[in-house]
Amino acid sequence: MRGYLGRKFVQALITIFIVICMNFFLFRIMPGDPIRVLIRNPKISGEALERVREQFGLNESLLHQFFIYLKDLFSANLGTSFNYRQPVLDIVVERIPATVMLVGTATVLSILIGVILGVIFAWKRGTRLDVIGLSVSLVLYSMPTFWVAIIMVMIFAVYWQVFPLGGMGMPGVQYASAWAEVISQLRHMILPTITFALILVGEYVLIMRSSLLEVMREDYMLTARAKGVSSSNLLRRHALPNAMLPVVTLIAINLGFIVGGAIQIETVFSWPGLGRLMYTALTNRDYPILQGLFLLVTIAVVGANFCADIIYRYLDPRVKS
Amino acid sequence: MGLIGLVILAIFALMAIVGPYLVDITILTVDGVTQVMHPPTAGYALGTDDLGKDILASVIVGSRVSLLVGLAATIISMVIGTLVGIVSGFYGRAVDTILMRVTDVFLVIPWLPLMLVMAALLGPSLGNIIFVIGITSWAGTARIIRSQTLSVKERPYVERARAIGSGDGHIMLHHILPNVFPLIFANTVLVAAVAILSETTLSFLGMGDPTQVTWGMMLHFAFSMGAVSFGAWWWLLPPGICVVLVVLGFTFIGYALDEVLNPKLRRRDQ
Repeated sequence: MRGYLGRKFVQALITIFIVICMNFFLFRIMPGDPIRVLIRNPKISGEALERVREQFGLNESLLHQFFIYLKDLFSANLGTSFNYRQPVLDIVVERIPATVMLVGTATVLSILIGVILGVIFAWKRGTRLDVIGLSVSLVLYSMPTFWVAIIMVMIFAVYWQVFPLGGMGMPGVQYASAWAEVISQLRHMILPTITFALILVGEYVLIMRSSLLEVMREDYMLTARAKGVSSSNLLRRHALPNAMLPVVTLIAINLGFIVGGAIQIETVFSWPGLGRLMYTALTNRDYPILQGLFLLVTIAVVGANFCADIIYRYLDPRVKS
Repeated sequence: MGLIGLVILAIFALMAIVGPYLVDITILTVDGVTQVMHPPTAGYALGTDDLGKDILASVIVGSRVSLLVGLAATIISMVIGTLVGIVSGFYGRAVDTILMRVTDVFLVIPWLPLMLVMAALLGPSLGNIIFVIGITSWAGTARIIRSQTLSVKERPYVERARAIGSGDGHIMLHHILPNVFPLIFANTVLVAAVAILSETTLSFLGMGDPTQVTWGMMLHFAFSMGAVSFGAWWWLLPPGICVVLVVLGFTFIGYALDEVLNPKLRRRDQ
């Protein structure tokens, strides 16, 4: 176990290092002089240009610049945003809670619903319910995330007006109490959370259903049934624990997809999290933010994958390779 | 199921090939005469957008570029994936280790941020979108092709080819490639679905070429011009439905191919 852990850890570190290299060189190799991006005034004099070049260390060699970048990274310096004129790290950290709240709730919700529906469909396989459920999952899976979000907004915020259009609260409104503010935030959160869960749930349904069907064909299930274990006990004690394993893997594999979903959903709902920050950084061509966000998100995903690996081995001692 | 997928894709292919010739191009020009943001009426079957352009015509014209981008990106992705997979599986050892490390990195990096960052740095153009989608979506293919190559290269005919003095390139091209081809084909269908979705998403987030009409760009303009709060469903629904249908078409074919190529799966649902 320890050797395996160490190997996985080293692998994760290598991945992160490759990402750091990519992150640095991608932003350097791409066409266009970084100085032109930094200074948006095309009529700047050559002398001033040279001064800025010096100031940002741009006349050093590429390798030297890379070392400066690494050094800055280790002192948690991700640069300064073009747009906000603040350290990138501060801006990013400020947005984390909003995203974690949205993504966390939606993920938990989608896993719960997905597992329950998957079990039901597997139990009733071949019936009309199963076919309809599968078709809906498949269609949901084929939809662009942002488009589902747009449709949800149109239905529930424009036509029926049961939920606000977007954002996390009413701008400029003084709340009567802290409680009123929390209620308002929750109201703003419902629609994006449901949308997010809707997009994620299809895959959990599909994997839970096929995994349970597979487990139910195992010999030990027949043995248990022959010993007279009741149907519900059979499902809860014998089938579910094993059938749940692929769901754990899917959560890890899905993280990249979840990040993509967060960008789209936060954009449509104007949710003030990391995804929306990425979108605004893109439209403003705020490269330091973009670079910092990309790095942090990737490290988070690699880290989560590493954790999932460990948890999976703990849950399923059969995995040895 | 595969047949339904084929029919859907055939209809859209037909639309992309002949559609733009059938559409009266003048209704796509801004003339100031037609009403803007108008719901469907006679003459404008799907209504108009904020500039008074006909939505139905835009959807038909947009199908060509949307499908072309998806197709081109898929080809790039399949070529890279196949190349990496075969070379990695065939040579093994250090080559394999390095290539698979890189593949893993591409598998684990969240794909949308990576595509967005690259697209933002390269600038908005069709070629760049194709390149970005192609270069970021090959890792899954590479893994699958590699494992198949590992099994194919142990077969007697490969040994025979080597015995009569065939070079590595010849063996990979004439003995391994034909034998992993069914897998490549099945995978192409799934990658194509992802590529179409990616194009739509990238364009929606503003990374597309604003001078081209694609389904993603239509949705981008609709969203940024406030079609959502205006309730302009005739502008937001048609391009999205087209994307969903095309993706479903590819997915259906993918499932059908999987059943043919993986006989083991056939028993699964019984």
